[in-house]
Amino acid sequence: MTANIIISTRGLTRRFGNVVAVDGLHLDIEAGEIFGLVGRNGAGKTTVIKMLTTLLPPSAGSASIAGWDVVSQASRVRRIIGYVPQALSADGELTGYENLLVFARLFDIPRAERRARIEGALRFMDLTEVAPRLVRSYSGGMIRRLEIAQSTLHRPKVLFLDEPTVGLDPLARHTVWEHIARLNAEFGTTVVVTTHYMDEAEVLCDHLAILHQGALAAVDTPEALKARIGPDATLDDAFAHFTGGSPEQEGSYAETSRTRRAASRLG
Amino acid sequence: MPLALVAGFVRKTIAIADMEVRKLRHDPTELLTRALQPALWLLVFGQVISRGRVVDTGDLPYLDFLVPGILAQSVLFIAIFNGISIIWERDLGIVHKFLASPTPRAALVLGKAIGGGVRALIQAVVVIALAELLDVRVRWDPLALAGAAALILLGAAVFSTFSLIIACLVKTRERFMGIGQVLTMPLFFASNAIYPTSMMPGWLQVISHSNPLTYQVDGLRALILSGTPPPGVGLGTDFAVLGGVLLLLVMVSARLYPNIVR
Repeated sequence: MTANIIISTRGLTRRFGNVVAVDGLHLDIEAGEIFGLVGRNGAGKTTVIKMLTTLLPPSAGSASIAGWDVVSQASRVRRIIGYVPQALSADGELTGYENLLVFARLFDIPRAERRARIEGALRFMDLTEVAPRLVRSYSGGMIRRLEIAQSTLHRPKVLFLDEPTVGLDPLARHTVWEHIARLNAEFGTTVVVTTHYMDEAEVLCDHLAILHQGALAAVDTPEALKARIGPDATLDDAFAHFTGGSPEQEGSYAETSRTRRAASRLG
Repeated sequence: MPLALVAGFVRKTIAIADMEVRKLRHDPTELLTRALQPALWLLVFGQVISRGRVVDTGDLPYLDFLVPGILAQSVLFIAIFNGISIIWERDLGIVHKFLASPTPRAALVLGKAIGGGVRALIQAVVVIALAELLDVRVRWDPLALAGAAALILLGAAVFSTFSLIIACLVKTRERFMGIGQVLTMPLFFASNAIYPTSMMPGWLQVISHSNPLTYQVDGLRALILSGTPPPGVGLGTDFAVLGGVLLLLVMVSARLYPNIVR
């Protein structure tokens, strides 16, 4: 990988007490690609995202985005990233427009440009008509699109999406995928997405990193990962091979309850 | 450059506060339900204690004495609620997104606190209207009322930030509910809100004098009543104490705030 690397982690590690959530991760992510972090619930995907988005300091190792260190230059990093957490992060008590307005202000978009930028984002995500409505009345897919709009108003270099389609119905999932792909194609935004859905990983991602118990089990393009197993192998087969099981197993009680809660709110 | 930093800080604090006010505009029912408690204190507690003449408030009728106390109490109760809303927003994921944005932590804290202050101000209008109906002699002096509004904002900001700190330490709604109860009652009773400090035993006077609520009540008494309240510590001291406490609390909570998502 000699291409233009925008995110790189070196021995990135996070411990919670005695539990090693992320274990010495070495990753290089190319500028302009859609990069997938796949793994079961509890494999460490969200912890990686939290460290890369400056929310959680690593226990050891380092990570940088566009050359800025996520710990010592956190405020620089925050200017060039967008982040859509797994849980619901749009405010239901505000309208769609207001949800965007507050982020336009927080990301220092000049007053003169705000309106045009917000309207552009609404149009891009097909939300113009519902913008004056309270987000409480939105469907799950609409909320996800609004959240992506919120996190891309400032045209970030990197967009982090944590399980973007959990709890969505198949149609809404496809719509969200299309919007992510368009964002990547039109603005060249690098997208880092975590998922435990193999179809999502296969449709969206240029490269995949398979995480297993906090460590990197494999990293490659979806095609190459399948080819490593056999000529007719699916991505599920590849996943099972590298992690010793299917993607749907396990997950702690807390993780499960969080996923279900997010799903029921989005549903 | 430092000037641009300050301007950015102010802009973002206002953005957060504005967001809170917009929420209130979309759903103002909360304000009505919250007016019930102060009404009960004035109509029931206030009437009974006035009749019994149990509390010596000098020339001032007890109900007049009580109004600033109940005003400060309703500000306190609204402000303490801020902590639980932070935990709620953390459970959702809203806080994560704010923390990953280029917003100074202190602006997030202070913006929330000012939002709490605006809620409290609206509440104050209700309490003062009620006081007027009960024949309490309110001082309708614009300057004094502006001072009272400033004091209410300041007090609300102090207690909102305080509750935010608690929220960052306890992290779950259940624990917060327990601790919130345990803290608000002593803050209220160990203050001069419903009786003068001079009636308290010595040890309680010491606590009352280190309680920010006492200074808020003291300032409000000096500002909103047309009768003469028992002598207090002076407006200058009231504002200085509350301002100092707010500065300290904002610094502490800006430090603790990121912990809530870890």
